[in-house]
Formats: sequence, structure tokens, C-alpha cells
Amino acid sequence: MTKAKQGFLISLIIPLIFVVVWWVCALRVNNPVILPEVKQVFALLSKPTENLISMGSLLSNILVSLIRVMVGYIFAVIVAIPLGIMMGYYSLVFNLFNNFLGLFRPIPPLAWVPLVLAWFGVASFATLFGVEEGQLYIWLSNLKLSMIFIIFVGAFFPILTSSIYGVRSVNKTLIDSAQVLGANNRDIFRKILLPAAAPSIVNGMRIGLGVAWMCLVSAEMLPGSISGVGYLITHAYTIAHTDVVIAGMISIGVVGALLDCLFRVFETRKFKWQRLSR
Amino acid sequence: MQEEVINIKSVSKVFKTEKGQCIQALNSVSLRIKENDFICVVGPSGCGKSTLLRITAGLEQASSGHVLYRGSLVTRPDRRLGMVFQEYSLLPWRTVLDNVGLGLEFAGKPVKYCREIAFKYLELVGLENFASSYPYELSGGMRQRVAIARALANDPDVLLMDEPFGALDAHTRIILQKELLNIWEANRKTIVFVTHSVDEAIYLSDRIVVMSAGPGSIKEIIDVNMPRPRDRANPAYGKLSARILDMLEEEVASQGKNHKQYRREVI
Repeated sequence: MTKAKQGFLISLIIPLIFVVVWWVCALRVNNPVILPEVKQVFALLSKPTENLISMGSLLSNILVSLIRVMVGYIFAVIVAIPLGIMMGYYSLVFNLFNNFLGLFRPIPPLAWVPLVLAWFGVASFATLFGVEEGQLYIWLSNLKLSMIFIIFVGAFFPILTSSIYGVRSVNKTLIDSAQVLGANNRDIFRKILLPAAAPSIVNGMRIGLGVAWMCLVSAEMLPGSISGVGYLITHAYTIAHTDVVIAGMISIGVVGALLDCLFRVFETRKFKWQRLSR
Repeated sequence: MQEEVINIKSVSKVFKTEKGQCIQALNSVSLRIKENDFICVVGPSGCGKSTLLRITAGLEQASSGHVLYRGSLVTRPDRRLGMVFQEYSLLPWRTVLDNVGLGLEFAGKPVKYCREIAFKYLELVGLENFASSYPYELSGGMRQRVAIARALANDPDVLLMDEPFGALDAHTRIILQKELLNIWEANRKTIVFVTHSVDEAIYLSDRIVVMSAGPGSIKEIIDVNMPRPRDRANPAYGKLSARILDMLEEEVASQGKNHKQYRREVI
């Protein structure tokens, strides 16, 4: 047996035990509202395109959630990376922003909800772009500004922090040696700082995406929300469909783990040098 | 008559610590370096020899005094003043070939030309088979060869070397010393080589600048008149070595007496 195969089999042990324990507990509890049976939940998961509690299919809800997270996340990336690089490189910019942003860092994204609702209400991208009907309206109205903001806040800080750290921890000798080879500031920025900081920045992007995905449920609990896995869970809870709640939770976990995995594959391929240097 | 390439004129350097204390690293150091000279700078650790080299390269500014390169003031790094660092100076995400071509790339040369020239210099240091390897795949000695090739590929007028073999094992070190001499004899660059190894200084250089610490200044400049390649078994070699070691020992002893004076070596 190869090492990879062996590792894979070992990684299955705990999930199997978990399922068995769940199975036994469900039989003992014998109340689907408290703990539904394993097969009940897996029946829902095995038919992801089927309509659930008149809220659309699991898959379509996941898709809506993914789009929301991506929109908020992309905004966070666009703002946090340039800002982080500037803060890492210029101590003036760092001093200008660091204390101010440091005040916001410890505030959990969920704590923004009341303010965000007061500011944005149920306004969505459809309101923003003035679209009032058609298929486009349905899509854009799913992208509520309040949700995007919550996800943005969640993803922003991990990306910012690791961008700053990435730029600051660049080996000084690399910059010195580029300078003596005749590099100008632009060369140093593009050919030394950016590639050297890239692994740290990408790592921050990975963590940021994880946090953004975690913020999803709180974002989709906001008023005006009518779709998404987060909303599916809260709605299923109010009508005591615990099996749907658990199926939703499993979906969130699996999608989050897959996104993380994609990033990891990219990191190990692209930044092999970082692991192997020194 | 050899032309004067570098003129270090009463250079002093004062560092400020985080607590606001001032530490004098260099005190009025003056040195003239002529074309094709191979000069070694030795001194106890903390005597500011690396700082002196960094000021000469334009990486740091002197607190007073100045450095002239062919008559013009050195205020910032210049590609005609090449430098080789002790270690970790290669870009780990670039292949060996693209590391060597870095200086030409900065000069705006086309990629194909950069690679061509870089390959030529890789051949010079005997690493043409490792062109597409990454720095982490090389041994410490090979990495320093790449660093030297990279500095040479830029065709600098002066090569400043900051303990380039300091992190290597004794055997590799001796091999690279020989190679460096071969390269120097073929290219005849002006070389300023900082080292803490007296043996290395005698083996390599035309003149040895012995520095004293607290604050760093030049204690003595010794001409080495033995023909190359130098024989370590030669009695004159051993005598010179003993003499310089004695000088350094005196230095360390006097440092011990007034150790209240702080010194700090940068890098």
C-alpha cells in the first residue's frame, strides 16, 4: 500500500466513528427534531437538485451563497491587498492606518449587523444599479448590500494583516542585492517585493475566504434574505426541519473545505520554493 | 600607473539604537583603492568592516566623510559597484539562470540576451548544468558561485564582497578561493573583500587592511608580496598569518578592558 493511500484510509477512521456514534444516538433519542437519523440527512444530500421545504434546491441555495461570498470577498481582496502592501512598504501609510484599523479588527462581523441594516436596509445591487425587473433583477436583488458588507468585513482583516506581514518580512538582503544590481524602485516592487510577499498574501486570501464563508450564515440571517444556505438553515430551524438544518451545515462545511483545498493546491504548486528554501 | 578607483575619505558612521544611544561604528576611515587591486579587509567582529563595505556600495550613508568612485560621490547603489553578500541573496522563486541575468534585466536588456549572457557566466563558475535549477536545490557553495556569477554578469567595475565564503565549510571555502582568484586573473576586476579569516585574506589579496574596533578604524595596511598561487606551507605565509593574528588578538584584549564601549556590527 502506498503512503498516500494509507494516509487517506487513516483520515477516514474518525469520520466513520462519528457517523456510527450519530447513528446510535439518533436511534436512542428517537426524535427527528432533536437529532434526525443519518439516512434521513444523507437522503437530502444525495438529491441536491430537489426542492426543499419550498425554498428551492440545496444546490441552487449553495450557488446563491457562493456568489454572495465571492462578491464580498472580491471587494475585500481589491481593497485589502493594495492597502496591505502600501502599509507594509511605507511606514508613513502604516502609521496612518494601523491604529485606526486596529480598532475595527476585534469587532466580529456579526456586531455590524444593526448598523449595516440601518444604513443599507434591504437595498441590493438591483437598487444600486436601478434594475427593477426581469431575470437580472432576481439575481441582483439576492446580492443585498448588507450581506456583502458583512462578508467584506470578515474577509478584509486576514488579507490585510498577511499582506502587511508578507511585505514586511521580505529578506532585506534580497532588496539590497537588487539595488546593487541596478534595480530602480519599480523593479524592486515588481520583481522582489511582490513575488517574495506573494505566498503570505495568498495565505491571507485563503484564510480570508474561510472567514467570509463562515460569515455567510450571519449575513443570510438578515432581513430581506430569501435564499442561500444560511437562510435555508434558519428557515428550516423555524419550521423544525432539523434534517435540513444538518444537511445545510454539512454543505457549508464541505464547500468551505473544498475552497480551502483549492487554495492549498495552488499554494503548494506555485510556492514550492518557499517550502523548500532553507 | 594604476588609476584610483575608490577613494574612501575620512568616513565615520554613527548608529542610533532604539533607546536613542549613539554607537560609533566607524571613525574617520580613509582608504584608496587602485584599479585591479585585490584588497581584503580583516578585523575583529564588530569593527564595522561590513558597514564600511555597505557605505562604499552606496547602501548606507556615511555620517561624515564620503566615498568617491572614479572621482564622483557615491550616494546610492550603482551597477558599476557590484556586491556579493554572505548568503540568502538569490531570489528563491527564480531559476539559477534567471537569477544570474537579474542585473541585465534591470538594465532593460531583452530576455533572450539576459539568458545568453547569464549562461556564459554560469559556465565561468562551472554551473551550466544547473541553469534551470532553483537555489534551494543547490549546496551553499554552489549558491555562492551563482551569486558571484550574478555580480559578474552585470560587468561591474568593482566587486565588493561581504564575507562571501563566511557560511561555507572549510573545504568548499578553499575551492571557491581558488576559483575566485582564477576569475579575478581572467577579468581583472577591482575587488574589495571583507572577511574575518586571516588565512583567506593572505591567500587572496594584494593588500590587507587590518581594522581595529571600538570605534572601527584602520590599524594597519599590509602588502602581501608573495607570488600567486600562494603556498600555505610557505614560512612567510605562516609568519604573516601569525603577525596579523597577534594584531587582532591585541585588539580583542583591549576591547575586553574597555568593554563599556558598545559596538555593534550591522548585518
